[in-house]
Amino acid sequence: MNRIVIVGASLAGLRAAEALRDEGFAGELTVIGDEPHAPYDRPPLSKAVLSGWLSTDHVTLPRLRDVDATWLLGVAATGLDLRERQVRLADGRRVAFDGLVIATGTRARPWPVPAEAALRGVHVLRGRDDADRLRADLAAGPERVLVIGGGFTGSEVAGGCRELGLDVTLTHRGAAPMSSALGGTVARFAADVQRKAGVDLRLGTTVSKLDGTGRLHRAWLSDGTAVDADVAVIALGAVSNVEWLAGSGLMADARGAVCDTTCRALTADGSVADGVFIAGDVARWPHPLYPGDLVRLDHWGNAVSQAKTAAHNLVHGGHRRHDELPAFWSNQFGVNLKSVGLPTYGDEVMITQGSLSDTKFVAVYGRDGRTVAAVAVNAPRQLDGYAELITAGTPFPPSINAPDGPAYQSIVDAEFPQPLVAAVR
Amino acid sequence: MTTTETLTADELFSRTLRLDSRSNPYPLYERMLELPPTRMSDGTWLISRHEDIKRLLHDPRISANRLDPDAPDPGEAKAPASFLVQDAPSHDRLRRLVMDQFVPRVIGMRDHLDDLVGSLLDAHVNDGPGQLDVVNDLAYPLPVTVICELLGVPQEDEPIFGEFARKLTRGLDPVEEPDEAEIRELTQVRNALIDYLNGLIEEKTRTPGDDLLSAFMPTDPDVDRLGPLDLRATLALLLIAGHETTVNLIANGLLTLLRNPDALARLRNEPALATTLVEEVLRYDPPVQMTARSTTADIEIGGVLVPAGSALRVMLAAGNRDADVFADADRFVPDRPNNAHLGFGGGVHYCVGAMLARAEAQIALTALARRLDNPRLVADPPPYRDNAVLRGPEHLLVSFDRLHK
Repeated sequence: MNRIVIVGASLAGLRAAEALRDEGFAGELTVIGDEPHAPYDRPPLSKAVLSGWLSTDHVTLPRLRDVDATWLLGVAATGLDLRERQVRLADGRRVAFDGLVIATGTRARPWPVPAEAALRGVHVLRGRDDADRLRADLAAGPERVLVIGGGFTGSEVAGGCRELGLDVTLTHRGAAPMSSALGGTVARFAADVQRKAGVDLRLGTTVSKLDGTGRLHRAWLSDGTAVDADVAVIALGAVSNVEWLAGSGLMADARGAVCDTTCRALTADGSVADGVFIAGDVARWPHPLYPGDLVRLDHWGNAVSQAKTAAHNLVHGGHRRHDELPAFWSNQFGVNLKSVGLPTYGDEVMITQGSLSDTKFVAVYGRDGRTVAAVAVNAPRQLDGYAELITAGTPFPPSINAPDGPAYQSIVDAEFPQPLVAAVR
Repeated sequence: MTTTETLTADELFSRTLRLDSRSNPYPLYERMLELPPTRMSDGTWLISRHEDIKRLLHDPRISANRLDPDAPDPGEAKAPASFLVQDAPSHDRLRRLVMDQFVPRVIGMRDHLDDLVGSLLDAHVNDGPGQLDVVNDLAYPLPVTVICELLGVPQEDEPIFGEFARKLTRGLDPVEEPDEAEIRELTQVRNALIDYLNGLIEEKTRTPGDDLLSAFMPTDPDVDRLGPLDLRATLALLLIAGHETTVNLIANGLLTLLRNPDALARLRNEPALATTLVEEVLRYDPPVQMTARSTTADIEIGGVLVPAGSALRVMLAAGNRDADVFADADRFVPDRPNNAHLGFGGGVHYCVGAMLARAEAQIALTALARRLDNPRLVADPPPYRDNAVLRGPEHLLVSFDRLHK
């Protein structure tokens, strides 16, 4: 193995490059990224950057070691030829490889009507440049910000806007913000938090039309009402960057690119593509703890650990499984939220500590009599204990009997909009 | 003790408490690490391994209630327990109220700590050979001055509660056969401390200052505050912690450096080493050797089922020497990477004063390394205090060729 190419120069790509060297790969290493920027950290973009605490000059990811790689930045990969073992670039170049790591991630799902999306003041938020543009619009002091979609990104943006003292309307199709990731039962706390913080929260509501001449000035909602706003943030989730894999023979669609538990890419017929590995947000794979559906995670920690596993197996022809327990966090409205396991996999939920009304609780999710996830709101310090319960396959409901637990155990429907959504966040 | 001797968990634990083990309990801890969680004859469980300790400090099925039969009956005593031994939600609320006031005051304190350390050492500046008792001359007065300043306790009262702290700390040690007279004395000391604190609180209520104690009693009636009993318990906790923990961190740290001259020389030449070096002291010879917890549900720890309602003896200092986690666990490595020591505990009860203790120890040890020429231990081991839980030298006599300005 003389030449390894990594496509994707964000968190997973950078950590894969470092891990390849850590694992002893001494050959030629090339990292390809469509953005002109050196690898940077995305979580601050929807938090500290929006509120002005941090400029995007300060989000560059720290390098854990020297990787001695050729960086092809600002040029997208547009095709993959597995027979010739070459990556095609937008500028016509071809880069040959013996080993390949696919880490192209996802992008923000765009507003479906291009003319409306082109209005000034209409934003998505995924990259540094998006964050700079949105920050500039927010700093100019708009009359009202409309956030379309109340998932994690939308909720964090709404929180950042309130921190800046801006009027915010947030529309969300579900019964509560983040309901598709946490289930309606648990997510209910977030509706209270957001309303208390002054967000004009429109639940069960979507946006039908963005209106304006040159600049956005009004949005029409599905309930027939209108909201006057000069800035809108489209936060409708993510789509996978897999277009460049079309025709390559790999198993990939808008939901992601499929690999096995050891991060090996699979071809459309389900066989392993030799020397091709997948890591990070773009990967879909069968997680041993969550059988029955492929899992895709937009999690910071997953990008790091999957990149390491892929690098290890690529260098050593190893069979290390990527079976780390999923985990993510979010900060919004002064609330710290942490999750371990896969809440979306569960169908029942039980509060084991604290209470929703105090905005301080731990909720445990179960399915088929097994504990599958735990979400802690303003209660992060015992989550490791829950992680162990989940990894050990503890029966649901688990016996916790915590000092701040409820007087009576109450197991209720988790209220996920559709059961078994494999992709969370 | 010979290496072939087989000791039960009971024997190991009670030997740890004995005064003749004080100067070096680590061979006992090493034996403990060979044992899985083990139930001792008094019904408590001995937990020593790093993985088991770390896990249970973060487990929701664990309570900070010690289930200690010797603890004063809260119905009789005039003081409730501090948040050290309380659980959520009351623990969380009290801890937050304290942290909200404590942390901002500690941030930005380094220059002041530098000055304090400087003037404590200046008193002993000597161009020729001399001697220092690092405990009495620096390790004790530094944290005591700081906690008194923070809380707004008059310096001249320091000897009064220094005495309280010393006596009450001894009461923290697990005892096999509680002595009636000792218990009576402890109760008296406790009540005297309560009377003293009541006076202090009254004083601060009349004439509030710019201190922590006054901040704990906000004048705005709508602001969440510590109730009178919790306020007193918290004050006592902060005062005792301020008197009886950091002193050992500094003294244990210097003792370790004098036994590891290479590390001392490195610190003298690269003061930036102080950060990781202090973490290593917290691992290698921690000021708090053990703590206690209890289980709220049946829980598997290290492959052993520990039933609900069990009291746990958590051997932090043993876990810190666990070879499964720390390479060369018995060696002092001043720049040890990824030092996941248990010196400050962990989980919801992680040491409130960690930031302050770190800063004090970093500054004190760096100053000693820089200013002392050819420091030597007068006695090795030095005399130790009785306490097994908050363990450290009673005195640490150091002779030197010169103490620089």
